[in-house]
Amino acid sequence: MEYKDYYKIMGLKRDASQDDIKRAHRKLARKYHPDVSKEPDAEAKFKEAGEAYEVLKDPEKRAAYDRLGDNLKAGQEFHPPPNWDSGFEFRGGGFTAADMGGFSDFFAELFGQQGRAAQAAYSTQFNARGQDHHAKVAVDLEAAFHDATRSISLQSPELDAQGQMRLTTRTLNVKIPKGIKEGQQIRLAGQGSPGMGQGVKGDLYLEIHFKPHPIYRVEGRDLHMQLPVAPWEAALGATVKAPTPDGKVDLKIPAGSNSGNKLRLKGRGIPGNPAGDIYVTLSVVAPPANSEQAKAIYKEMASKLAFNPRAGMGV
Amino acid sequence: MGKQTILTGIIVEETTVFTLAELSRACGKPAEWILALVEEGVIEPVGGDQAHWQFRGHCLRRVCIVQRLESDLGLNLAGAALALELLEEVETLRNRIAILER
Repeated sequence: MEYKDYYKIMGLKRDASQDDIKRAHRKLARKYHPDVSKEPDAEAKFKEAGEAYEVLKDPEKRAAYDRLGDNLKAGQEFHPPPNWDSGFEFRGGGFTAADMGGFSDFFAELFGQQGRAAQAAYSTQFNARGQDHHAKVAVDLEAAFHDATRSISLQSPELDAQGQMRLTTRTLNVKIPKGIKEGQQIRLAGQGSPGMGQGVKGDLYLEIHFKPHPIYRVEGRDLHMQLPVAPWEAALGATVKAPTPDGKVDLKIPAGSNSGNKLRLKGRGIPGNPAGDIYVTLSVVAPPANSEQAKAIYKEMASKLAFNPRAGMGV
Repeated sequence: MGKQTILTGIIVEETTVFTLAELSRACGKPAEWILALVEEGVIEPVGGDQAHWQFRGHCLRRVCIVQRLESDLGLNLAGAALALELLEEVETLRNRIAILER
């Protein structure tokens, strides 16, 4: 288990006041909230800040944590000394944060003793439908094109037989419905929390996001892409191969095309009713002048074509 | 669960409508809270009187985001509703930039 430097995580000195701690947490929470931030590790940072705050905001937990000493470095291998928390009285359940299952092993080792009894006692008395769960998952764009099955790993906190919260990972094989769009949710009936007593299981909602694609940008059901073309293909017109998530297609480039011109492949975007389109932006690429022959052709163009690409700039 | 089990779900936004009770359960908040969101104009019910209200699938995502902003950042309903709209605008703009930057 690694020691976590909660002060460093929050960007604070060890003598920070309770007000400083609160302010630092508010700032970090706004910055890294997974609904707000687009940073790839936002969720991890948000949870880390939440865990740090959970300890530092509570004078009792903070004092206990501080006693572990200043000479420990973040990431260092750590085992709490026996009875390290003796002499500290933790009030109530200890956990005010609902999502303690997302906290680190380090946190669980130090503060994990509290709150368990309350959790376990709670679960025996009612018949209630299980909670619905929500998760965000990233799939490849191609999955939206043909009812593809994708294997999805989800971590969730669950109570084990001893009534202790543990992060468990389960893997689901989920059929991604054809035609799904970025941000839409799939409802999987009965895949949420188990019900209490006679209650039925909750549902699982998967919010689908597409992984960044090397070729396409997604907008609703439409895709956008750039297609490199040779100068003669653009100038004279040509039929060229263009990729689509469903396979190669022939695309007719009209004569007199240029960089930035847009062509539309109707109905080749994400399937649906109506299906999306693919917008192809042409990008004319100059061939390298890396042979005598190529240089000769460029020289010939230079001498025979009266062409000033900067005419529009008045120079 | 066996490794070979393939789960099939439905796209909430396309095919699902929620009753007030279902929407409330899906986001883990009481029905009164959902009513406050309707008051605030964050989501719009369809169909006559409250007893027969239905919410289209896309409401779920909005409701969940407001719920998280409220509980994680301590925003009030009006603030969360404003943040939601700004976030949606930012997302649209980011997407446009990604397309144009290519």
